[in-house]
Amino acid sequence: MDFYSFLIQSLNALQYGLLLFLVASGLTLVFGIMGIINLAHGSFYMIGAYLAFALTSLTGNFFVAILLGIPLALAFGAALEALLFAHLYKRDHLEQVLLTYGLILIFEEVRSLLLGDDVHGIPVPEIFAASIPLNDTLSYPVYRLVISAVCIVLAVGLYWLIQRTRLGMMIRAGSHDRDMVQSLGIDINRIYRTVFALGVALAALAGMLAAPISSVFPGMGSQVLIISFVIVVIGGIGSVWGALIAALIIGFADTFGKVLLPDFAGLIVYLVMAVVLLWRPEGILKKG
Amino acid sequence: MKTTLKGFTRHVLLAAAALGAAGLAHAQEKVKVGLMLPYTGTYASLGNAITNGFKQFVSENGGKLGGREVEYFVVDDESDPAKATENAKKLIKRDNVDVLVGTVHSGVALAMSKVARENKTLMIVPNAGADELTGPLCDANLFRTSFSMWQPSYAMGKVMAAKGHKKVVTLTWKYAGGQQAVDGFKEAFEKGGGKVLKDMTLPFPNVEFQPFLTEIAALKPDAVYVFFAGGGAAKFAKDYAAAGLKNSIPLYASGFLTDGTIDAMGEASQGLLTTLHYGDGLDSAKNNAFRLNYAKSYKAQPDVYAVQGYDAAQAFNVGLTAVKGDTSKRAELIKAMETAKIDSPRGPFTFSKAHNPVQNIYLRKVEGRENKVIDTPEKSLADPARGCKL
Amino acid sequence: MNPTSQRLILPLLLAALLAFPSFGSDFYVELVAKTLVLAIFAMSLDLLVGFTGLVSFGHAAYFGIAAYAVAMITPKYDPASLWLALPAAIIAAGLAAFVIGLFVLRTKGIYFIMVTLAFAQMVFFLFHDTNLGGGSDGVNINFKPDAAIAGWAPFDLNEPGQLYYFIVAALVAVYGVLKLVLRSPFGRVLIGIRSNEHRMLSLGYATFYYKLAAFTLAGALAGVAGFLYAVLSGFVTPELLAWHQSGNVLLMVILGGMGNLVGAIAGAFAFTAMQEAFGAWTKHWQLAMGLAIVAAVLFLPGGLSAIPARLKRAMTGEEK
Repeated sequence: MDFYSFLIQSLNALQYGLLLFLVASGLTLVFGIMGIINLAHGSFYMIGAYLAFALTSLTGNFFVAILLGIPLALAFGAALEALLFAHLYKRDHLEQVLLTYGLILIFEEVRSLLLGDDVHGIPVPEIFAASIPLNDTLSYPVYRLVISAVCIVLAVGLYWLIQRTRLGMMIRAGSHDRDMVQSLGIDINRIYRTVFALGVALAALAGMLAAPISSVFPGMGSQVLIISFVIVVIGGIGSVWGALIAALIIGFADTFGKVLLPDFAGLIVYLVMAVVLLWRPEGILKKG
Repeated sequence: MKTTLKGFTRHVLLAAAALGAAGLAHAQEKVKVGLMLPYTGTYASLGNAITNGFKQFVSENGGKLGGREVEYFVVDDESDPAKATENAKKLIKRDNVDVLVGTVHSGVALAMSKVARENKTLMIVPNAGADELTGPLCDANLFRTSFSMWQPSYAMGKVMAAKGHKKVVTLTWKYAGGQQAVDGFKEAFEKGGGKVLKDMTLPFPNVEFQPFLTEIAALKPDAVYVFFAGGGAAKFAKDYAAAGLKNSIPLYASGFLTDGTIDAMGEASQGLLTTLHYGDGLDSAKNNAFRLNYAKSYKAQPDVYAVQGYDAAQAFNVGLTAVKGDTSKRAELIKAMETAKIDSPRGPFTFSKAHNPVQNIYLRKVEGRENKVIDTPEKSLADPARGCKL
Repeated sequence: MNPTSQRLILPLLLAALLAFPSFGSDFYVELVAKTLVLAIFAMSLDLLVGFTGLVSFGHAAYFGIAAYAVAMITPKYDPASLWLALPAAIIAAGLAAFVIGLFVLRTKGIYFIMVTLAFAQMVFFLFHDTNLGGGSDGVNINFKPDAAIAGWAPFDLNEPGQLYYFIVAALVAVYGVLKLVLRSPFGRVLIGIRSNEHRMLSLGYATFYYKLAAFTLAGALAGVAGFLYAVLSGFVTPELLAWHQSGNVLLMVILGGMGNLVGAIAGAFAFTAMQEAFGAWTKHWQLAMGLAIVAAVLFLPGGLSAIPARLKRAMTGEEK
């Protein structure tokens, strides 16, 4: 690999890592703050992508679809929390694993009943449809760079929300001691509902943004689920910065693994996780 | 909770009773067809198309096969090889089907064929292209109405060599299907004087293609040959175009790249060249009638999978008709299928010694929303059936 | 379930299992055999989840490793010897559990769940992406192991009936081993770890080594199940090690009620029954399955084995 290819591959790794971060960010919030293991997180990514497809077909405009999709995802998340997850806080992780495993099956089948099993595509929005030439044969799609930019903005925004706002303070306090926050007269249930809705919306947004480049197809959620968990755990459960760092590590490991060691590409990601956890059993950055 | 449970139990009991009654009353007349296909997961739409195609032939044939009414036993194979043996046994041992039809996923089909062989059950494969099924694992009781991986990819190797491409890079998922497609392609391409610079693979069903596109750009081949299907295929074609490679390095593939995925690919699909045993705009009376009927019955356009399901029913009907519906005359039934000329929407085909279709392979170009047939590079192409002792 | 009723019910269940082949058709005999294999698998996990308090989300790895061991040890054109294949499969699974346990047992809680998953995924991709065992296409086992000792064959696993009884015997053996272990001082330490590991530590027990021993034993027993599965189905694929499989076996344990060996067996039967019933009922059986799982979590805490106690409470009119 010459230096120029190395640079382009690094760009690929960076862009892939940032997209992974967007998917995993919602998971790390729900996981870290509410202590819920949510296996259905990948389904929210899938739902986001299908939402983008359905709404783009309805409205004819991808941006309108996203603007409509985000509040829908938030409402969906809040409703799910109220109906199901609110019953799970006092249960152990096992039952959470089980319930959300059941939800995966339900979401996939409902999707199949409502929208069928065909592969769908969404065109990249016109203004981002161009590509930037890198050399005489290869160019880089602008839309991928746009996604990366959105991911960076969201990372900063999330960090600000949690570290610098009053809501963030309550969230942080709630993740440490639920009962204490409650006794201070703060409505912890509402905070949890907000966090969960936010987590669902982030995953759905990732699905919506990825839809134009990844297509929309059955089972797309399960492709990102496990990798998201790996990122969350490597980064340190509940840490937004940690998830960002972990997502970039995974992006690089996966991209260069595929090129240099094709037979072990799938394995490398988990090897990285094992090594990191042996070095720091609670992830790179601890919760906080 | 109590009421729903009760209701559910009643459903199951009713269903069981209905099945039991049906079994008793018509045990003499109805022929039992076992459909083991994917109805959930990535390949669900393919399983449904095959089922539709099969049922369409039966209804065109007056609701009968070989003069007998048809009873279906359906199992969702989930494209999960780990459950394949058990699912196949369900149809063969529990339901005692007369013919086992399935499936899409090659790994599942291989496991099914093993159970079918052990129980000497007649089996018809309506999609899975694994070369082994009509190669080393061929069997008197096993027929295939689709293709072998080797067929379309071999034809593509010939096409690309004839176009004057000398240096090519291949890319596919790392599983037997992809490997066999690349092998078939290489065989013809190298025979035609071409050279494969590099074979690249990524784990199935991974769809992060960007690193490979960068590699391709660095290697600067004359052309690229790939094997992908379904959601991954759509994503690949889009990524390839977005990376600017579509204009500088032509992309070729086995037909599955653009079957059922053109809408999802959008602009990126236009002009792609692929090879397959079926295509749009095949202007024959049979194909036109088939497409019209299918569109009427299912409110959807048929695809290659529907054709393969349709032909599975046709082939079985030929055999069953020859023995007047008497499935116990297995040898004669098989003999009739072996010598039959199947009037398929893809064009007539016969079965090879190994029971794989001897068929035309078409070169298709994506124009609008169609895989337009533009040439027939291989007429009556037979799979070499390496390792088959039939 | 109290001990006396268990003492009554168990022989009855065993008798039913032994008599089943005389009534059930071939297909159902095989289905029950498969369910018994899953029951062994579930019991082995229950040792960790229910008795030691270690929620492993990667138990399918050891099941799969044993199955692959059978595939690798069986020559292409000959059967392997049972007396070689069975110990090899168990040792392979136990060894893998020992090595992985050295790493994963350093973590706790949520991290333990995730790290066991990560290691299982590593093993999954090892078999899935490399050519070690046929890659993602899996590998056939053409011959079932041969039970002959120096020319004399006490039984023949190619006979479905004899294979069935072999599996029943394995189930009884694994149940017996687990019962003995749990009654031993070692087992009591494990149960102590579940309720309060810190206390056990301060009492002077090196809990890490106890947990490692339990993890290894559970892996080896999962290996028994994996061996039987490979022999029964004759086909091994990476999906046997996939996280869904780890999820399914957890589901069986929870369905049956954790920390109850008979419950784990019941869970395996309930799981298979649900799959069969929903599969026969509707094409969208996964929807029904998903709804059933959600309902079970919400309305059936404690699993199936808690039902008798709940019924009793309901009948005597006691409040919760």
